[in-house]
Amino acid sequence: MSDELPDPDSSHYWEGISNSELRYQLCNSCKKSIFYPRSICPTCGGNDISWQVSSGLGEIYACSTIYRAPPKYKDKVPYIVALIDLNEGFRMMSEIIDFEGQVVSVGKRVQVTFRDDIDGKPTPYFTTID
Amino acid sequence: MTLKKSCAIAGVAESRLGVVPDSTVLTLQAEAMVKALAEAGLEKKDVDAVFSSGNWGRLPQLQISEYLGIQPSYSDSTSVGGASFEFHLGHAAAAIQAGLCKVAVILYGSTQRSRQERRIFEAHTDLGYQYETPYGLPIPVGAYALAASRHMALYGTKAEHLAELAVSTRDWARLNPIAYRREPLTIEDVLNSDMIASPLHRLDCCLVTDGGGCVVVVSPDIAQSIPKEPIWLLGQGESHSHAQISEMPELTITPAKESGERAFKMAGVKHGDLDVVEIYDSFTITVLLTLESLGFCKPGTSGEFVSNGRTGPGGEFPLNTNGGGLSYCHPGQYGIFLLIESVRQLRNECGERQVPNATLAMASGTGGVLSSSSTCILGLD
Ligand SMILES: [Zn+2]
Repeated sequence: MSDELPDPDSSHYWEGISNSELRYQLCNSCKKSIFYPRSICPTCGGNDISWQVSSGLGEIYACSTIYRAPPKYKDKVPYIVALIDLNEGFRMMSEIIDFEGQVVSVGKRVQVTFRDDIDGKPTPYFTTID
Repeated sequence: MTLKKSCAIAGVAESRLGVVPDSTVLTLQAEAMVKALAEAGLEKKDVDAVFSSGNWGRLPQLQISEYLGIQPSYSDSTSVGGASFEFHLGHAAAAIQAGLCKVAVILYGSTQRSRQERRIFEAHTDLGYQYETPYGLPIPVGAYALAASRHMALYGTKAEHLAELAVSTRDWARLNPIAYRREPLTIEDVLNSDMIASPLHRLDCCLVTDGGGCVVVVSPDIAQSIPKEPIWLLGQGESHSHAQISEMPELTITPAKESGERAFKMAGVKHGDLDVVEIYDSFTITVLLTLESLGFCKPGTSGEFVSNGRTGPGGEFPLNTNGGGLSYCHPGQYGIFLLIESVRQLRNECGERQVPNATLAMASGTGGVLSSSSTCILGLD
């Protein structure tokens, strides 16, 4: 993680993660969810934007098991990176963890959990649910 | 307003390709430009516009122009990944039509193979990328793997379908004397190659080679007096929808949908009119998604579309006839080679791999992580 982070757009998000809260934004003008956090609504261009807390529930939109990783992640392989569609209507990337005995595939329901990443920074991950 | 026939391609050339250890990104671009200008019957002093895209060095557009000794009156370093050069051709056409330049060179070079500049690199860590960085997705392959997983889940596309495309592309490479990989390839070979990021195997992925290319674009008046047959730009469209894969609106529909629609409309031709099609093949899935997005087949049917060697030599849909980024060369940003092969097919210069009577060709580039697309339709007079 670079020295410039968190930045003015992201500080409220990462503060939430440190408190086990998955925060996202809502555009008060067009009512669309916004992720990642921004100063402008990418749908309507408005700037009347409020912060919300996600239920952390969603489903896998796409996923891939990584066998050939960037150098920093070499010792972790294989691991599953996924795009998650959250119930509140936004999408984010994450890793699926603690899935022993479960099939991880597109459409699977998942729930957020908070762990430290490879650099020791609090980070949202997802686990599968029934 | 249209760009139809606003410019023509007068010369194309590659530099040495493959593994070229005694070179730099600058020497390879110089090498390609000298050959392409000679083919166009033009000299360096005639060049008044420079287009390039590079991910090397500081201010690469200034470096390459300085190295070549060109002080352009028009300059464009649009850099949107591997599709940049199809963007450049559209931009060169607009600049020529506006009377801002007459002879443009589009340039690319890379020594990524010999210098190990990049293979799988980590994501950038700041700004919008900070939300993807912690998860270790290898870029670009991991992003394309996510798209493939989505296509498979939605439509039942199989690894065999992706492998079909790799095999047909290799069959073309076997007819191209300068292709990097020319040994026979089977579907089983692809399926048995190492898994890199599921569902993509090593042989679903493009090569990592050195290489450079140059395309010389001229105004219609200059096109009247060049040695080779001018190859006209008939239609072009471009778009980009995102920078990182988590922001892509729908992983199975690329911005080739927009770029293709505009290109077809401008050229006034239909899908069935095209004789030869060159589509960026960074990964096998890239081609399947682009075929659907361009409207060659319905969403979800690209696997079937490429099956049974349909896109290979002798097939009814000649695709990536030089052997593509999968088997011919892939020096990082491959898009310039789509234009080079399209021009050679239209000039009937392709020897064993020549598509008979090709009069209309398409070059469709994709850059980033399915992020950018520009589609060019080229034809004879
Ligand atoms: Zn809005």
